[in-house]
Amino acid sequence: MRDSMVRKRKRRRWTRDDTELTLLAVPTFVWYVLFSFLPMFGIFIAFKRYQIFPGKSFLYNLIHSEWVGFDNFKYLVESRSLYILLRNTIVYNLVFIVLGILIPVTLAIMISMIYSKRKSKVYQTAMFFPHFLSWVVVSYFVYAFLSYDKGILNSFLEALGREPIQWYMEAKYWPFILVFMSLWKSTGYNMVVYLASITGIDPSLYEAAVVDGATQWQQVRHITIPSIRPVIIMMFILSVGKIFYSDFGLFYQVTRGIPASLYDAVSTIDTYVYNALLSSTPIGMTSAATVFQSVACCITILLANWIVSKIDDDYAII
Amino acid sequence: MNKGKGSSGATNRLNSIKSSTNLLFNTTFVILSLMCIIPFIFVFIISISAESSIVKNGYQFFPDALSLSAYEFLWNEKDVIINAFSISVIVTTLGTLLGVALTTSMGYVLSRPNYKLKNFFTWVVFIPMIFNGGMVASYVVNANILGLSNTIWALILPLAVSSFNVVICKTFFRTTIAESIIESAKIEGASQLSIYLRIIVPISKPVFATIALFLAFGYWNDWFQSSLYIREQSLLSLQALLNNIQKNIEYLANNPSAGLSMQQYVNQMPTEAVRMAIAVIIVLPIACAYPFFQRYFVSGLTIGAVKG
Repeated sequence: MRDSMVRKRKRRRWTRDDTELTLLAVPTFVWYVLFSFLPMFGIFIAFKRYQIFPGKSFLYNLIHSEWVGFDNFKYLVESRSLYILLRNTIVYNLVFIVLGILIPVTLAIMISMIYSKRKSKVYQTAMFFPHFLSWVVVSYFVYAFLSYDKGILNSFLEALGREPIQWYMEAKYWPFILVFMSLWKSTGYNMVVYLASITGIDPSLYEAAVVDGATQWQQVRHITIPSIRPVIIMMFILSVGKIFYSDFGLFYQVTRGIPASLYDAVSTIDTYVYNALLSSTPIGMTSAATVFQSVACCITILLANWIVSKIDDDYAII
Repeated sequence: MNKGKGSSGATNRLNSIKSSTNLLFNTTFVILSLMCIIPFIFVFIISISAESSIVKNGYQFFPDALSLSAYEFLWNEKDVIINAFSISVIVTTLGTLLGVALTTSMGYVLSRPNYKLKNFFTWVVFIPMIFNGGMVASYVVNANILGLSNTIWALILPLAVSSFNVVICKTFFRTTIAESIIESAKIEGASQLSIYLRIIVPISKPVFATIALFLAFGYWNDWFQSSLYIREQSLLSLQALLNNIQKNIEYLANNPSAGLSMQQYVNQMPTEAVRMAIAVIIVLPIACAYPFFQRYFVSGLTIGAVKG
């Protein structure tokens, strides 16, 4: 009986409904083909020595360029830059991931406890604000504070009788500045996301805990945190999946286009690719960097998801 | 402080923190809120500071003298500003409309349980979430194969769809729309397109609003596409303009006011204040609008968090 139903369903004829739904899906499908799947074939560029034949189209050039196997990757690995780029990209991301979970979760728990809901709304709105700004705009905000001759930070230093600092030249400050700016922009948004799931917790859980004499801290540990764990894990997997990508605007705009003296401290794979794309670096090498990035990310996200699903299948996102 | 206010007060009293802790938390959040808002206020003050005061004392919260010369200068060069502003508005409007149409239609199709190609399209949407061709390949496809360089479409098309948004829509449609409504419409002979337009669109306003807002803010804030694909002056959006004048602001000066030579005009341009004034022009619409739309951003994310 069940078998026959399955077979019947499999053999279900193509209906008018299917035609109509397909027509509805076609525009988006075309978009995906052009803007997502066509670029996937672009990874071939990384395995070719791209040559320009005068007067020919890009595709012609690509097809008639010589296959060079992994040569482009070899150049990339041999140049010193890969090490710095990878180190910066991953270490910054690790810091962003850890602090980007710890701080917003702590703040979300704190804000859910303050008495006045009106005030809580005002704080949320204010802290949400940076999320809506582009990094270009933020870079002007930062410049107002860090400019050597006009910035307010140097005015403070001078008022205290200290020497002003060439902020945009001193690499040692930038890891802190970038972490601070990343948190400045994202904390409010993440806090509101976690708060949304905290407010969704059944209040009777807390009532029962209070009856049993649980302290405030015990309630947080045994009710709040376990209840929002799925959201934390989802945000964690999403950010681990992007560990080889960097927030381009943060690194490029906030440093005002990465001055040479900051190169080692703030360059990431994305800023390298961007600069290479707009300069005369051979496109094959640049492409090798992005292919490496995509493949590494694909593996990381699958791995993170697999590990999470081993621990608890409900938490996996794929 | 506000203890025992209304019905929530009852649970609050059982479960509440000490008022000294409450005070401490409030202080923390007041400080954090100020940290988020003050940079914008500071930039606004710089934009209305007199250039002489900036040159003498640097940027200050309380400048010696105020002046509207930056905004007067921008008004004098309003052709460039209005052009950039309209590019931003056109890109944001067109992009949002197109993006919402593409995203929600695919979301609806994927939410139909009996659709034959459902699995195929699910993969089409899913694969780009974990793998992509990378920035170089996208650039090459957009610039060399599709020929989008120096067209407004380079700013619109690549950002129109994101798989994340499609999944949000799919989950929303599947969890909120009763199958019986669609079945009865079909019995009355409605096509899927008219079901989508006449039934789905009107009853799914929250998810449409969420997607539209995600897209609108994304388009309004985008400068990256411009910096890759746009060389033509007349196609620069406000963000791209702001990005360009970081290095070279002089090219904004095109229309010398009466009686000034070009060089004099450039020399007396309030450079510092003008930069900040453009930043203010970009942020002001956002600052006014977002408090009203904020809740949609959160609801969008919580819809998307439902696994499916």
